[in-house]
Amino acid sequence: MTERQPTDWRAPAMQRRLRRRYAAERRFRLLGLAAILASAAFLAFLLVSMVARGAGGFVETRVALPLDLSDVRIEGARLMGPGADLALAGAGLENAVDRAADAAFAPAGGAAILSDGAWLVVRDAVKRDPGLLGRRTVLDVPVATEIDIARKGRGTPEAEASVRRLGDRLSSGLNTDFFAGADATDPTRAGIWGALKGSLLTMAVTMALAFPIGVLAALYLEEYAPRNRVTDVIEVSINNLAAVPSIIFGLLGLAVFLGTFHLPRSAALVGGLTLALMTMPVIVIAGRNAIKAVPPSIRDAARALGASRVQVVFHHVLPLALPGILTGTIIGMARALGETAPLLMIGMRAFIAAPPDRLTDPATALPVQIFLWSDEVSQGFVEKTSAAIIVLLVVLLAMNGLAIYLRNRFETRW
Amino acid sequence: MPASGLLFLVAALALIGWVSARARAARFRAGTQRRFSSLPQHHGWFVALCTLIPALLFLSVWQFTSPALVTDAVIATPAAAALPPPGLDRAAILSEARNLANGYAYGAFHPLSSRLAPAYAAAQDRFDLIASVAALLLAFAGGALSFLAVRPGFSARTHVERVVMALLLAASLLAILTTLGIVASLLVESARFFRIVPVADFLFGTHWSPQVIDPRDPGASLGAVPLFWGTFFIGAIIAMAVAIPLGLMSAIYLTQYAAPATRRWIKPLLEILAGVPTVVYGYFAALTVAPAVRELGVALGIANATSESALAAGLVMGVMIVPFVSSMADDSLAAVPASMRDGSLAMGATRSETIRQVLVPAALPGVVGGVLLAVSRAIGETMIVVMAASGVATLTLNPFASTTTVTKQIVDLLTGEAAFDSAKTLAAFALGLTLFAITFMLNVVALMVVRRYREAYD
Repeated sequence: MTERQPTDWRAPAMQRRLRRRYAAERRFRLLGLAAILASAAFLAFLLVSMVARGAGGFVETRVALPLDLSDVRIEGARLMGPGADLALAGAGLENAVDRAADAAFAPAGGAAILSDGAWLVVRDAVKRDPGLLGRRTVLDVPVATEIDIARKGRGTPEAEASVRRLGDRLSSGLNTDFFAGADATDPTRAGIWGALKGSLLTMAVTMALAFPIGVLAALYLEEYAPRNRVTDVIEVSINNLAAVPSIIFGLLGLAVFLGTFHLPRSAALVGGLTLALMTMPVIVIAGRNAIKAVPPSIRDAARALGASRVQVVFHHVLPLALPGILTGTIIGMARALGETAPLLMIGMRAFIAAPPDRLTDPATALPVQIFLWSDEVSQGFVEKTSAAIIVLLVVLLAMNGLAIYLRNRFETRW
Repeated sequence: MPASGLLFLVAALALIGWVSARARAARFRAGTQRRFSSLPQHHGWFVALCTLIPALLFLSVWQFTSPALVTDAVIATPAAAALPPPGLDRAAILSEARNLANGYAYGAFHPLSSRLAPAYAAAQDRFDLIASVAALLLAFAGGALSFLAVRPGFSARTHVERVVMALLLAASLLAILTTLGIVASLLVESARFFRIVPVADFLFGTHWSPQVIDPRDPGASLGAVPLFWGTFFIGAIIAMAVAIPLGLMSAIYLTQYAAPATRRWIKPLLEILAGVPTVVYGYFAALTVAPAVRELGVALGIANATSESALAAGLVMGVMIVPFVSSMADDSLAAVPASMRDGSLAMGATRSETIRQVLVPAALPGVVGGVLLAVSRAIGETMIVVMAASGVATLTLNPFASTTTVTKQIVDLLTGEAAFDSAKTLAAFALGLTLFAITFMLNVVALMVVRRYREAYD
């Protein structure tokens, strides 16, 4: 048996080997950093490209239209009250606006350069100030989508020429229609309020169902459930439901809520029911983790003072676990708010030109609206789609921010 | 459907019961030193529940039985004499009349249904009235009887708590009910599909073109193998080729190298990626990534490079899954006992050698479980492929060619204008059943692997 020599770390061979190993170490570390940077770069690119493309969607181009409304005749009394819109439409206001545009912008394309909604702007101005009817005036009205796009720098050569001819009669302003309107075939008039309201109604139904049921189920599983076959089956199905593809829930909604119960198609009620089934397991899992984090000493103390098992849970465990449950709920709701596929299955993809008023009215949701607009061929919808995406992302970010705030503010570390 | 006014009345009765029972219980407690098993509010809740539960039970049973009763009453009216014999036509007319009567529809396809609508509305009103009276009587009887039970010795708390426990159990059983609902609805519709199309044709056929279905041999154009391949190609190969290296390396860097302060910033940043809705990824993939991928394909000299390629959808899907893989890998790496890592470092291994030869092999089961869950998520992902992948089913290995997936086809089949009972729409349910079965198996295996692995180190 020969005596082992201690390794000579200064020998050139060993030094080379060490250098090689340290280089590998540095390479590996850089690889890790690169992986993170790649994901972050993708995220940044996604957000920047959405903002760059969508910022224009919040702005509309207007043109100063000289109007002579002296031949639109209507009694002053009819301008007051609910019949005003109909009365003005009947008095030929739209034709008057078109004639005025034809006269003023003949070389640039006449009435064709105005948005379909231009006369509605005039109508609202007249309702605010009936005096406009008798005299000549100049109003800023929205232009057609080709001109709008051309002014923002992505238009066709003809539209660019029109923009040059109109020159400084064009101006820009905040597109209020985008926030107040519903879907429309003309991109200059399309807005997100209809879809956003549909989303809000859907979320209200989802929240009203998924939150109480999810919390109760979490309490049962964590606090009372005996260890037996039934409990195992419940746990497996909840864990599995949390990972079932969302489109399957859409198929369930289609077959059960529409096929069996004959609930109305495209309604926020059905959308909410479907998303509630999808969100419930998320809330149960988050709730169980929050309940598990409440120390047993709290339960023991309450029991020792004579509280019943129900009182222990509802008076002590639940209030302490509530911040954690709420955090999980908000995250689950944010996921449901961004969900599209199940809503497509239950028919919330129709063209809906009016915001829904009731839960059973035909409605659409914001992500579905984004999907529908992304399919439109008209150039004007590209920036609307991106603008709607920005709104959706801002809402989701706010919800997630609220969840993080709640977690930091109220969560107790035992 | 009973009006919300009825529910309001029942709730009002319950509230009256709650207030009066609580007052009665408070009165017999006053002035005695005796100890009671229940607080006054327990008595209140007992009476309120006894008012609510029978009425609500009755109404929910009524909900299922009344449509049949109403339909029978309508068929008995003279206007219904002109109805065709039982069959699809008859059902269609009746359902149209029901929609008219309820105000869900405004015009009728069949003239007979508009004549039946008033009869429908009348029958519904009559049965609604019967239901309202019965529900109110039940509520009143329940409340009155339970109010008589409110005595000093009566243990209302036990009863109330039993109801609460039943409620808790019912809430958790809803999870099983949902699973059963999914399985049942998919199975029923798929069974109808497989009566038209043989199972073997669907599962092993290699030709998919649901636009033109030959009525004599519907199975010939409904072979789903190209869809299965497309789903596997996009979700399990391309997306994982992006997500596994990026996710695993991010998790390693974050847990092993990054300073805690960096970690606090980077982790939420990665989680934003997971919070972006899939429709946004889909739009990004279709509008930005897909054209770039096509340019790349053309530059590489690939003849049939399309802007609806598998690669574009797969790449974006992969990035979407990164935070998921990363957090699963993070958990598994954290579960490896510190002594193993310390031992390796003490033997003179560098950190990367420790990670590659000790930590990752030790965490492998957890990582594999996480990857399985990620695959299950990727193949069920819908919006990215709906917006960025093609609708044409081809069996190809070329990532630049057009490929379609199961989820994309489900959406395409169900958002068309076809009748609900056609082979086309039923095919969507058969695809859904396949998708559910595969993701279910992946989920169960993955959860089992992860759990067993956690136990091994606990």
